[in-house]
Amino acid sequence: MKRSYLILSILSYICMFIALYMALLYAPTEKSMGDVQRIFYFHVPSAWVSFLGFGIVAVASLFFLRTGKSTWDTLACSAAEVGLLFLTLVLITGPLWAKPVWGVYWTWDARLTTSFILWLIYIGYLMLRNYVSDRQRGARFAAVFGIIGFIDVPIVYMSIRWWRTLHPAAVVGGGADSGLAPVMLATLLVCVAAFTLLFSTLLVFRYNTRLLKEKVEELIIINQS
Amino acid sequence: MIHVQKIVKAFGRMRALDGVSFSIAQGQYVALLGANGAGKTTLMHILATLSRPTAGHVEIAGYSSKKHPNSIRQRIGFIGHAGLLYDELTAEENLRFFSRMYGISDSESRIGQLLQEVGLLARRHDKVRTFSRGMHQRLSFARALLHYPPILLLDEPFAGLDLNATVMVKNLLDKFIAEEKTVLLTVHDIDYALYNAKRILVLNRGKLIVNKAANELRRDQLQKVLEA
Amino acid sequence: MKSVRQIGTIIHKDVLIELRSKDIIISMLIFSLIVVVVFNFIFDPGSEMIKTTAPGILWVTIIFAGNLGLARSFAREHENARMHGLLLCPVDRSAIFVAKMLGNIIFITLVEVVSLPIMVILFDIHIRHILWPLILILVLGTIGFAAVGTLFSTISANTKSREVMLPLLLFPVSIPIILAAVKSTTFLMNGGGFAQVWSWIKILIAFDVIFTVLCFLLYDYVLEE
Repeated sequence: MKRSYLILSILSYICMFIALYMALLYAPTEKSMGDVQRIFYFHVPSAWVSFLGFGIVAVASLFFLRTGKSTWDTLACSAAEVGLLFLTLVLITGPLWAKPVWGVYWTWDARLTTSFILWLIYIGYLMLRNYVSDRQRGARFAAVFGIIGFIDVPIVYMSIRWWRTLHPAAVVGGGADSGLAPVMLATLLVCVAAFTLLFSTLLVFRYNTRLLKEKVEELIIINQS
Repeated sequence: MIHVQKIVKAFGRMRALDGVSFSIAQGQYVALLGANGAGKTTLMHILATLSRPTAGHVEIAGYSSKKHPNSIRQRIGFIGHAGLLYDELTAEENLRFFSRMYGISDSESRIGQLLQEVGLLARRHDKVRTFSRGMHQRLSFARALLHYPPILLLDEPFAGLDLNATVMVKNLLDKFIAEEKTVLLTVHDIDYALYNAKRILVLNRGKLIVNKAANELRRDQLQKVLEA
Repeated sequence: MKSVRQIGTIIHKDVLIELRSKDIIISMLIFSLIVVVVFNFIFDPGSEMIKTTAPGILWVTIIFAGNLGLARSFAREHENARMHGLLLCPVDRSAIFVAKMLGNIIFITLVEVVSLPIMVILFDIHIRHILWPLILILVLGTIGFAAVGTLFSTISANTKSREVMLPLLLFPVSIPIILAAVKSTTFLMNGGGFAQVWSWIKILIAFDVIFTVLCFLLYDYVLEE
């Protein structure tokens, strides 16, 4: 058990180093944007793993509602925390990248707005868990919210896209996906892999810490009674 | 009438109920005792279909709580800690609402009869908000009895009542015994339980540790078990 | 048939209680009035600005007042665990959801009936020629908002600080409905073509269906003790 954690940590440590090297040194400097474009190699993988995290929240929540097993709830909660961490990174790196390129920190386009709303949803998700005194009920509420929140993501995205496209103003162009050089693509893929590994490590650790914490709390309660 | 088989209510390692099994025959009057936090209310809520057990099987009046909860609900009368009544409505309106929910055909005469029985006929048009705790509890009994339930689940029916109301509730319970209703009630008063109930159940930390006829149990014995 | 009668009984009870205390309706109406008046200070009445922002103001009013009403109505049902009384009745949980949702639709509609004429008067908007499609949009927007609101107000009523929790959960998730409602109202009021308005109404209908079905399916888990 402990050994596998160690292997996982070391593996993600090494991979993150490779990713750093590739993103900062190996990948060529982008012509129009310059070095600031390198933030892309952290921004996109963060976004990907945060979505992965929220997907895990939804699936674990579904299993929790079906089986009532508390470990599913623990997994959902841990995944929400780690996912939210990476989404916060997305929301920080995004404006840093946007300011020199677009000239503004923020535009209300579909992708940005959806990410922001998503962030609010999972803040709400974590708050909800702490605001219910009965743990089992709180877990059930959180599961319901976790499922709705995740299904809401594509709907929010679509609604904002339609909202914007039918609106002549505010057209944001020049994403990163407009023809990526093979070297850049390779770097991106390595970064995505490294971030996924990092995410998994953090999730596993968070999950186990939570399990231990719950165990301690339960032992305290059992001893008191 | 009530069959409970190995029910567990658990979340993680915490077990509010840990493999509780017992049966109550029709017309039996059974008292459920236990310290605070022993799992009495959890058990009552599961029997009343307010809560589902994590594992195990509950059958009441021949219906499984999983498959036919509404059939069970139609046959039980429940008294809980909380009032379950609407403060802004009058006594009569409260009963009328619930009688419609239960689909009672002779509702008006039934409501009148019950209000008479619990001694609230004179206050039938007063809002529940103005009622004392005792009157509130009397009306709760009327609500629980509306649909002629053959089974009664009473969670601490004496809690917080004044002397008058206690006497009235005791009379009502005596009447249930005379009518051979199946009754399961939780109480703190050991003497009351020993004197009135046919059988005594004791819960301790989610486990059923006593399930005996009341006349086989001595008071000091029971006291000891409860304090353990 | 039995469920339909029970739904009617629950709605009748909720309306009767509201007629007695009037606190939900009065607070909702006063609140919506205040919102309209405050917005009046932000934009000059009669200016062209008001024409484009009126639909937004209308929906902000409805949603804020609706949030207030939802929080109150479930707080009432949950005081002293009175929800147990309802749950003890031989009634399907889905019927409780339908009854509560319909009840909320009634309360929100009342707010609309009052705040729309006030807006028409204060902001000098002309709606006579678009009255019927406007009513359709209002009804559709209210349905979607009430569906999500019914589920989340049941959740938040069981949390420690329900006044905070409800908007925190409700607003981010109901954004698609709000967007579609605002957009269709905007096109309608500013003389957009039938095709434009209709395309947004269709989106609104789709969101209504998705959210109502989802909340309907998940409601059982929220009610259970």
